[in-house]
Amino acid sequence: MPGRLVILFISPLTATAWAKVDFNEDVRPILSENCFYCHGPDGNKRKAKLRLDVREAALEKKAFVPGDEEASELIKRLASTDSDEVMPPPDSHRTLTTAQKETLKRWIAEGAEYKPHWAYVPPVRPALPSNGAKYPIDAFVVEKLAQASLKLSPEAPKATLLRRVTLDLTGLPPTPEETATFLADQSPDAYEKQVERLLASPHYGERMVLPWLDASRYADSNGFQQDGDTFQWVWRDWLVKSLNADKPFDQLSTEMLAGDLLPNATLDQKIATAFNRNHILNGEGGNIAEEQRFVSLFDRVESTTTTWLGLTVACAQCHDHKYDPITQKDYYQWMDAFNQVNERGTPSGGPSRFRLDTPVMEAPTPEQAAELAKLQANFDALNKDFSAHQAKAFEAWIAKPTKDKGMLPKELEALLTPEMKRTAAQTEQLRDHYNKNAFAEDRKKFPAIEQLDRAKQLLDGFRGNILPRVMVMSDDQRRDTHILDRGAYLSKKEKVTFDAPGFLPPLPKDAPKNRLGLAQWLFRPEHPLTARVQVNRQWQHFFGHGIVRTSEDLGVQSDRPTHPALLDWLAVEFRESGWKTKALHRLIVTSRTYRQSSHVTKEHLQKDPENKLLARAPRLRLPSLLLRDVALSSSGLLNAQIGGMPVYPYLPDSPWESLAITRERDFTYPQSKGADLYRRSLYTFWRRTIAPVNMFDSSARQTCRVRTAVTSSPLHALTMLNDPTWVEAARVLAQRVTKEQLTDEARLARAFALVLGRAPAGPEPVLLAKMLANQRAVYAADAPAAAALLAIGESQRDAALPFAEHAALTATCLALYNLDLAVTRD
Amino acid sequence: MDFELSPSEWRERLTRRSFLSAGVQGVGSVALAALLSRDLKAAPNPIGTLPGFPHFAPKAKRMICLWQGGGPSHIDLFDYKPMLEKMTGQEIPASVRGDTRLSTMSNSYSKYNCVGALKPFKKWGSSGIEMSEMLPYTGAIADELCVVRSMNTEAVNHAPGVTFFMTGSQISGRPSMGAWLSYGLGTMNEDLPSYVVMTSSDAAKTCGQLFFEHYWSNGFLPGKHQGVRFRGVGDPVPYVGNPAGVSREARRMMLDDMQALNRAHFSEVGDPEIDTRISQYEMAFRMQSSVPDLLDFKNEPKSVLEMYGPEVLKPGTFANNCLIARRLAERGVRFTQLMHAGWDQHGNLFSGQLAQQCLDTDQASAALVKDLKQRGMLDDTLVVWGGEFGRTPFAQMNNGFNSNPTGRDHFGRAFSWWLAGGGIKPGYVHGETDEFGWNITKDQVHVHDMQATLMHLFGINHEALLFRYQGRQFRLTDVEGHVVKDILKKA
Repeated sequence: MPGRLVILFISPLTATAWAKVDFNEDVRPILSENCFYCHGPDGNKRKAKLRLDVREAALEKKAFVPGDEEASELIKRLASTDSDEVMPPPDSHRTLTTAQKETLKRWIAEGAEYKPHWAYVPPVRPALPSNGAKYPIDAFVVEKLAQASLKLSPEAPKATLLRRVTLDLTGLPPTPEETATFLADQSPDAYEKQVERLLASPHYGERMVLPWLDASRYADSNGFQQDGDTFQWVWRDWLVKSLNADKPFDQLSTEMLAGDLLPNATLDQKIATAFNRNHILNGEGGNIAEEQRFVSLFDRVESTTTTWLGLTVACAQCHDHKYDPITQKDYYQWMDAFNQVNERGTPSGGPSRFRLDTPVMEAPTPEQAAELAKLQANFDALNKDFSAHQAKAFEAWIAKPTKDKGMLPKELEALLTPEMKRTAAQTEQLRDHYNKNAFAEDRKKFPAIEQLDRAKQLLDGFRGNILPRVMVMSDDQRRDTHILDRGAYLSKKEKVTFDAPGFLPPLPKDAPKNRLGLAQWLFRPEHPLTARVQVNRQWQHFFGHGIVRTSEDLGVQSDRPTHPALLDWLAVEFRESGWKTKALHRLIVTSRTYRQSSHVTKEHLQKDPENKLLARAPRLRLPSLLLRDVALSSSGLLNAQIGGMPVYPYLPDSPWESLAITRERDFTYPQSKGADLYRRSLYTFWRRTIAPVNMFDSSARQTCRVRTAVTSSPLHALTMLNDPTWVEAARVLAQRVTKEQLTDEARLARAFALVLGRAPAGPEPVLLAKMLANQRAVYAADAPAAAALLAIGESQRDAALPFAEHAALTATCLALYNLDLAVTRD
Repeated sequence: MDFELSPSEWRERLTRRSFLSAGVQGVGSVALAALLSRDLKAAPNPIGTLPGFPHFAPKAKRMICLWQGGGPSHIDLFDYKPMLEKMTGQEIPASVRGDTRLSTMSNSYSKYNCVGALKPFKKWGSSGIEMSEMLPYTGAIADELCVVRSMNTEAVNHAPGVTFFMTGSQISGRPSMGAWLSYGLGTMNEDLPSYVVMTSSDAAKTCGQLFFEHYWSNGFLPGKHQGVRFRGVGDPVPYVGNPAGVSREARRMMLDDMQALNRAHFSEVGDPEIDTRISQYEMAFRMQSSVPDLLDFKNEPKSVLEMYGPEVLKPGTFANNCLIARRLAERGVRFTQLMHAGWDQHGNLFSGQLAQQCLDTDQASAALVKDLKQRGMLDDTLVVWGGEFGRTPFAQMNNGFNSNPTGRDHFGRAFSWWLAGGGIKPGYVHGETDEFGWNITKDQVHVHDMQATLMHLFGINHEALLFRYQGRQFRLTDVEGHVVKDILKKA
């Protein structure tokens, strides 16, 4: 029996003992991890001129002899006990297991065949396994499960399922009314109806935008000294809107990469390109702008390749990639597409709290456009009279004798006589001098001078501090791009122009050699990566892990896909369906795989502890941004307004206090008032130097991130127990259920349902009642404590509620928010 | 939920799991009691250490980094150059300057005029290490110190320079050293964060350089390795205090009732993650008492308080932070990173700011070393003092070349740090610069070399503390770094 268990455990995920060794599955991971660093694609660091990533080259150097392991140098070196001979060398800190050595021997014995890395071969739609599964996804999952003698779990209870799909698609919990409707709906497509409702919800885009914010390292400030604020939220709003409209992924991507280069580009399409301007900007005094510009360029290369190619190319900044066939030239060719922007590399200075680098796109709301036009018209009207005043004053000045004209530079003095011979340009020179140096006194004589100055001040203030100006892309400064020696911006080598990496399909023939061509290239049907990378990331959204777990990297060093055929099927389906993301989501969330129960059995833990095969739905802790949204929504505090300027909800005292060691600007936290305190988390002002502390386990928004680790720290628990956001939500929730229901039991059940999406069951009603009783005892005996607890948060309390009762129920509701059930989506 | 769980985290989790489920029925009621009653001081064995770590016997168990933000002037404090004094007002020869990259504040100067140290130097202690008179307290512990006069960085500006020291890369986004140590070596006290950061600045706030979160980032390591910043205002650790109106007893009662619901849920769902949640909340509860205990100085003898200087009881000051750092070290916190701003003296070095900065930091820095020593902790506690770079041997003259020098610009080509304890050779000077303090003439110590050496003292081979991210192995020292054997104390 133990023997059989072992086989069961390993067989589904690794090569079975009797199958032929597969190069991609079994051999390349060993060679890549242990050998390619010195014997791989990077020609500069290659040792002994041996490369093992290309079969012919390895054969030529007799690294192995197909069919003859004895004669293979590779095997000899692996077995050597001589520290000068043995491979990998001791200082590499790498060793092969006996099993890995055996795999290599068998592979050589079987002929040492190579195969291209799976992700570099275009996906072909695989046949659906015929196992009676109704949904395509399930056919692939069930097939793998069967190999491990596992089955899908039964469908999750309806309430659990609705909470799961509502959180996954909108980031908000279902209301008890929505749950009741679903529970009462006995029609066969009851669930599908809910899915359609959620896909059509305006909150769908707010949920789906979150991974994009991490990928585009979105923040509302630049980072570094001064940490100037930005208007990049306009891009965030564009993206929410586009996701809600289900803009096809090829179009969405093209606009983000090259919207400005589309024919007759609209304002929205230009705003879309802010994806590539959301990076850090360093405005420190003394820094070298060109050096910083290259930091931005490197960042753009990394962000675009990680996001769309699922490859890590940063190594190739300094040298050919060690593992993947990406050359240094490929890297800089790619960079060329992003190197044509009229930018400095550092943000502007000046008195405004906003600090931007060019190019920017003004993006006023209709109200702002009207206000701007009004201010402009007011100024223009006054300025017209003023210009006439100035012109007259100049005429008067020029008519004066030279000695009365004040100090004049010599070259101008020469122009004053004889008057008639001055050219128009020379007159302008004099006018310029006059306006700058001699006009001050005459200026004061303009009758409406105070109104004019005020109008100018208002206009400048509006333009500088209110009118949104998004940093965008625009190819309006032609620059040469060079390969940089070791990535040093001053060490220019060969000049390059944009082209696709050599190991991937070529650019379409008629594609322009710029960002637009890049976008067209990504969406050629034979591109092996674009669709796979994207469907893998969408899978990660719903299952916690991608089919390839290293969702940021599908290259040679990536994890093997748990379901390769499913990945390819989804990729082809996604592409052929016209890159419709909502259709892909529908396909996923209606599958039985998605809808199954998340209960964990002993069998699960034994056969597949990491749940790679999906014999159960994963239980996922909600992202911290959603934990806050759940609290706001269930209490009724949520302000559901979509889009707009960032807001400043509660944070611990003086959250930016560590920045206040500068006098260069005010870093007082401008906490919002009223309804702005209760906007969804994604609208919280994200200061790049100090992220909102209650949004834990998030990307730090410094560089592109497409996968964030969920961890468990006591600090997270303290946040949800003690942050005023949660305490106030608990108070308001307690007030809400007190007013809605008459008995303790009903109130507790209602609060439970609002937070957790179902009625309390089993031992839960008794345990809840006990908790309330215990807290009631505390607050009945301590009125000041009750009053203090209930004073937290700005929203009005209904003074009619008795303090002790309200406080006891508040503490109980706070506990509800902190239950494992609440922080997890089952 | 097991995103990016390292093997050690799996092990840690499994250990905790079996611990908690000792009695399967009432999961962990006994275990919870045990957890609750545990000593608040350091655990004898670290929790969550990676397999195979440390690689060899460590000399240092913990480290306190006294970061001097802005770039203290090595020329005025640690690296005496009579030539600069002699040639004050004359140009540093171009042959000495070479093609050194300078900041944009001075890289187009027409003259690079020498200016000597602000105050005289003095030989201190029996080791006779030469340091400025402006550092009398540091001078008095000279025999404990190893002064490295040959530090080197490529960075020309603050944020890239600090990021380079902390993370091994000038560009933000990678894990900082404290996060690496927490990841590799685990924690010695689960009731406190294993990586703590505190910041302070000169009272006049002359300095524009800020302390950014990415200086204590976990980068791509799991979030729990992120440095936790203790603040000088409000709750020292965000949210460590209960909300108004919630007593510790009421909170305990609420947690007990909450955990009962969690356990009921566990028996239904069977997910071992629920155990992790239960212990997460118990650790939080314990942290709520261990942090106030940490910050309560009432049992500190007067003599100790006096040693740290007059500001020791003022929250948010460097002196206060130094004393907290010692208390953190006692409680097993692996890495404490103090960051003090105010050394970026372009325009005010000669007019009082340098002197003020020495007053603010000299006494407490030295007190920390002495205090550790008198407690027998210096042997395995590493103390490091320095900034992101030094300052130019030439003068900045913000009011024109005919005016008096105002300060010095950033200078990464050569500068000084000191280290003490934790396996460092005491009473020793390492490295030399030329007579202008411009070029290193002996034993250069690059940023990556210093990082490799610090890791070595923790028993870590810096080339083998790795994390796989985006298809490649990352490490603190990138692809460089050599252990500086000469500054290690002989066994």
